[in-house]
Amino acid sequence: MSIKKIFFIFFLSFLAFNNSYSIEPDVFVQSTVNRASAILSKNISKEEKINELKLIAKETVDIKGVGFYSLGAARKNLNEEQKKKYIELFENYFLKSFSSRLSEYTNPEIDVKNKEVLNKNYTIVNSILIGTSERPEVKIDWRIYTKNPNNPLIRDLIIEGLSLARTQKEEFTSILNTNDGDINSLFKVLDEFSKN
Amino acid sequence: MFRNFIITLIAFIFLTQNANAGSSGELILKKNQPTEVKDCFEKINRATFAFNQALDGIIFKPVATAYRVLPSPVKTGVSNSLNNLSNVITIPNNILQGEFKKAGVNSGRFIINTTIGILGFIDVAEHLGFPEYEKEDYGQSLATMGVGPGCYIVLPVLGPSTVRDASASIANFIGGDAWYNVTAGNDTRYFSDFDYYASKATAGVDFRAKNFDAIENLKTNSIDFYASVKSLYLQDRQQKILNVNKIIETQNDSDWEEIDNQ
Repeated sequence: MSIKKIFFIFFLSFLAFNNSYSIEPDVFVQSTVNRASAILSKNISKEEKINELKLIAKETVDIKGVGFYSLGAARKNLNEEQKKKYIELFENYFLKSFSSRLSEYTNPEIDVKNKEVLNKNYTIVNSILIGTSERPEVKIDWRIYTKNPNNPLIRDLIIEGLSLARTQKEEFTSILNTNDGDINSLFKVLDEFSKN
Repeated sequence: MFRNFIITLIAFIFLTQNANAGSSGELILKKNQPTEVKDCFEKINRATFAFNQALDGIIFKPVATAYRVLPSPVKTGVSNSLNNLSNVITIPNNILQGEFKKAGVNSGRFIINTTIGILGFIDVAEHLGFPEYEKEDYGQSLATMGVGPGCYIVLPVLGPSTVRDASASIANFIGGDAWYNVTAGNDTRYFSDFDYYASKATAGVDFRAKNFDAIENLKTNSIDFYASVKSLYLQDRQQKILNVNKIIETQNDSDWEEIDNQ
């Protein structure tokens, strides 16, 4: 076998290997919601559900990215130590808030409908939370961070056109504004939320 | 009353002429960005918000809890009727915004649903393939003419608004709302003031019931509930003004991009 042939086979297998690990954002969202839905339908306690949902969130959400986004312009003024502390507090806050929001739903049925590639870093996946007699149908769009196509991550949930990340960012800004921009006041609020 | 409305309409158009000259989709988008809307009366707003929260706990939440127990077809019917009634405000605003085709479609929807749909209880127009209904109001019309939202305000009982939207709603009471005209506005044989206020209260309960879990969830998981409600209201308003279904058109991605490059 010539070197040229070996190189060609190597090149082909590299391409095949790469493709086999790339995950389409819509498939990623559908599989994530199916996993969450399976947990919510399980006959286990609410605490157990919350713990299992936290594991999924850690794996599928870009918590660090969402954290820095939520901080807005204030992130530029943090030193390395404050950044580290913030990310630690934010992760606890986020996981508690995210999982307790989800745990209220029993057997939510979400159907992925469409996707729109914004650029190489972002794809918006459109889905529908099927309505029940208790609640109307809800449109949910997912902002998926696709910088690493082998490991897509959720960065935002847009419910009926309302962005959760944006709402969270404005909430954090409000806390900072009412406390003269003191980052420690935000740290305190996040810490208290996680502990309660 | 009709004369009053025509005078208001002319004043409305004259007042917005200058604003209209410089308006474009991008400018309207920028003016209505939630971050651009100032909370000039934050202390008063927070106090009013607390009052509204207390009122919700005493009246709206318990009533909405009971309302949720009603059979689904009844709730859907009530929702449909309220939507149908809101056409009498939407149609003049379609015209004010230059959306004549939509005004025609909504007029057709209103006639069909009021007659065949038994006073709007059944959304026959939807079954006939009419496009999805989008509510319009005088605040949205002013916004499309280039008028900025002004400061964010929280109204007692009615909840979040802006100076522009609250001022524009006055048009409803001086002839711009046909339902108000035939109920509370004029002494007619068929309707009374009660019908108008009952329809408004029902709309409030219907909204609270539809969003029951979402509101309770948000309340529990917010670290500043006032700021969350403000943000959600202003985002929703921006979308309604621009009549867009896609969040990507109203979201500024620069912050996300900065994080990517960190």
